[in-house]
Amino acid sequence: MFKTIKTSQLQLFAMLAAMLLIIVFFSFATDGAFVSPRNISNLIRQTAIVGVLAIGMVFVIISAEIDLSVGSMMGLLGGIAAILDVWFHFPILLTVLVTVVTGLILGLFNGWWVAYQKVPSFIVTLAGMLAFRGILVGLTDGATVAPTSSSLAIVGQSYIPSGWGISIVALLCLGLVARVYTRRQARQKHGVENQTAKFEYAKATIAVSVLMGLLFILESYRGIPTPIMIMGGLILVATYVAKRTSFGRRVYAIGGNIEATRMSGVNVERTKMLVFGFNGMMVAVAALILTSRLGAGSPAAGNMAELDAIAACVIGGTSLAGGVGAVFGAIMGALIMASLDNGMSMLDVPTFWQLIVKGMILLLAVWLDVKTKRAQ
Amino acid sequence: MKQPLLDMRGIVKSFSGVRALNGVSIQLDPGEALSICGENGSGKSTLMKVLSGVWPFGSYEGEIYFEGNLVKASSIRDTEALGIVIIHQELALVKEMTVLENIFLGNELGSFARLNDEEMHRRTSKLLARVKLDVLPDTPIRDLGVGQQQLVEIAKALNKNVKLLILDEPTSSLTTTEIEILLNIVSELKQQGIACIYISHKLEEVLALSNWVTVIRDGDHIDTKSAENLTQNDIISMMVGRELDELFPREEHDIGNVVLKVNHATASQPGATRAQVEDVSFELRQGEILGIAGLIGSGRTELMQCLYGSYDGNYEAEIELQGQPLTVRSQRTALESGIAMVPEDRKRHGIVPIMSVGRNITLSVLNQYSSWFGAINEDKESQDIDHYIAQLKVKTASSELSIKNLSGGNQQKAIIAKCLLTHPKILILDEPTRGIDVGAKYEIYKLMFALVKQGMSIIMVSSELSEVIGISDRVLVMHEGRLKGQFDHQGLTQEMIMNCAIKEDTANV
Repeated sequence: MFKTIKTSQLQLFAMLAAMLLIIVFFSFATDGAFVSPRNISNLIRQTAIVGVLAIGMVFVIISAEIDLSVGSMMGLLGGIAAILDVWFHFPILLTVLVTVVTGLILGLFNGWWVAYQKVPSFIVTLAGMLAFRGILVGLTDGATVAPTSSSLAIVGQSYIPSGWGISIVALLCLGLVARVYTRRQARQKHGVENQTAKFEYAKATIAVSVLMGLLFILESYRGIPTPIMIMGGLILVATYVAKRTSFGRRVYAIGGNIEATRMSGVNVERTKMLVFGFNGMMVAVAALILTSRLGAGSPAAGNMAELDAIAACVIGGTSLAGGVGAVFGAIMGALIMASLDNGMSMLDVPTFWQLIVKGMILLLAVWLDVKTKRAQ
Repeated sequence: MKQPLLDMRGIVKSFSGVRALNGVSIQLDPGEALSICGENGSGKSTLMKVLSGVWPFGSYEGEIYFEGNLVKASSIRDTEALGIVIIHQELALVKEMTVLENIFLGNELGSFARLNDEEMHRRTSKLLARVKLDVLPDTPIRDLGVGQQQLVEIAKALNKNVKLLILDEPTSSLTTTEIEILLNIVSELKQQGIACIYISHKLEEVLALSNWVTVIRDGDHIDTKSAENLTQNDIISMMVGRELDELFPREEHDIGNVVLKVNHATASQPGATRAQVEDVSFELRQGEILGIAGLIGSGRTELMQCLYGSYDGNYEAEIELQGQPLTVRSQRTALESGIAMVPEDRKRHGIVPIMSVGRNITLSVLNQYSSWFGAINEDKESQDIDHYIAQLKVKTASSELSIKNLSGGNQQKAIIAKCLLTHPKILILDEPTRGIDVGAKYEIYKLMFALVKQGMSIIMVSSELSEVIGISDRVLVMHEGRLKGQFDHQGLTQEMIMNCAIKEDTANV
């Protein structure tokens, strides 16, 4: 009777186990260099871009659609940010605002075609993948837009002052424990079976210690990288939207059975369009981080990034059939992919091998998922 | 001693410690039919899954002997090779392919490079003649009605040299004429020596068709009796383990003023020559249960879709709700103005299978719990969920269980709960008890009467004539898109409705 709960938890444990395995393996293989504060800091900074893309993508996939345009869109939005910054010397806040709004508009544009004009999302976003790249090359004449200002560099290259970082993480840990407590209370009140207190608090304790450990490692290098703080904030917001708002609920329902959801009086079209709009905003944030890190807008930026984002979601347990998935899983997926990249690069594994290994991992993850579901 | 064709001995099947089947034994000779009756969730389909090899040998206790040999099937393929073919409620035909292609799907004649079309054509025509289906082998499946598709499935089974044919709820979506044809075919197959296991909630068919009736309740084998001396009431009381004093618990209720007026409702598919609903006008009173009868394809469901805004085509109707003109353009406007609908196709239009029971119930009214930016007040939501699960007696271990794990009757109750949360003035129920066991049916009828007593008005579309007569205050009969007759429930008989629904000439309006 707890089949669904069990499956999702099994998945979570499998992911955590895989992560642990990867960490242990590369730590030994690199004589500990993999877990040095400097490398961990780099590793999770690398995760930030794919991670933010995956946050948007996971909503799209849960609603049983796909977005192939995010790589090109990220390139285009990053290019726009660079142009505003380098050519027009916009103040940083205005650059951010214009980029995010443009991302929203491009996303809504995709969504309008999918939801209201009923063109399959695969086609709409394939068209976007081509067109957005084309616009980027046209705007920049195929040349790199550089160098970006020092204020734009804050987004992707700076670190949070340690006082702030420590307080934020401390607050987060408190919030986490409080949330577990209040949820148990609410469930008890409505007579819904709780998992044992030991189990839930053990989980919370592990989460808190992981956060604390990470904080300790990062602080012993240069502090929490700003892009990670941004991603962390977005994870919280997106998880809240997915789990606790009517919008999130409707997205899951649409992915689960769009006809039944429509019969329930939900405005299916508008919800779908908003999903793509939200995704566009996430792409804009990723684009800002990317441009800031590169210090330039490049016409090739973000190439193939959509595939990394989709892979992260799928490894994180999101079902391409729709209705199933979670933000946290997608982030774990992104982290697993980034760890493999980082570890193999440290071991000087040739690029072609890296691609093969990543491909195999993707296949393996989905295969395991299919297997465990069938066993139920 | 003569050996039976099928001998299942003491079948026990457990799912994670819970016994779904608890020692069921059945025997069947060639040319005989056995019906298996039981409420939904009683273990009928589990038993058929064991027999057909979905649950492989070794995953259950007990033995199955077929023609005297122990069956050690590891998949459906193995049992089909033995001659055991199961036809499911949801038909397994490829709609885009032709009758011939479907019949030979997976068993194509000819070499890999070149199919033997002539031979397949010849055999298909023969098979179609055997099941008395008058269509060309090249007809695409999508052009056939559900009843005809059912016959194609049987033809496909015959092509596999079937010795034991299992029919799982074959008539639940067929019209009366189609049912008759199907039952005739099955009787003929019996005479040709084919054994048949028949699973159905329709007890009339069960008694008409079978030699033996086996009743299963909660996985226990209650009894197997000869069908000759059985009555419907005998079977029902074995199924539910208690006597149902009556099938339809009609309760007196007051009927008030007209709440809904529908004038000149017309609906058609773009480019179609004939309208699916043509100039239908009717009234509905407060506290009334209005039954709508008619054959499948008579436009009943389409008329309801016009009222609920879910018709997939062009439609027009002058609707007046409590004296106010109303234009229904979408399901949302219908719900907002107080019209809710429980759709005909539960799986497709009713439930979101992977979501929990609770979340299915509140899907229509999330706004009631949401703050300005959409945050859901889960405390308030849970209160409503708990309230309705208790009130409608939805049997579920927890409101957080996926709705797909519930039996059809409990899913239906959850969908009704979803509608009730919108506080409708008018509740439309399209085939509310299709594929639902007797106990749950009874509860749904009770609920309907409780609702009209509170002043709600109900429109019920149903193919089960006894239900239409037993529950409705007034009955409308539709025929080929038009309203053909209107009856008061008193003195109404099934024959009167059938005559009106089938014949071209009668006019009682």
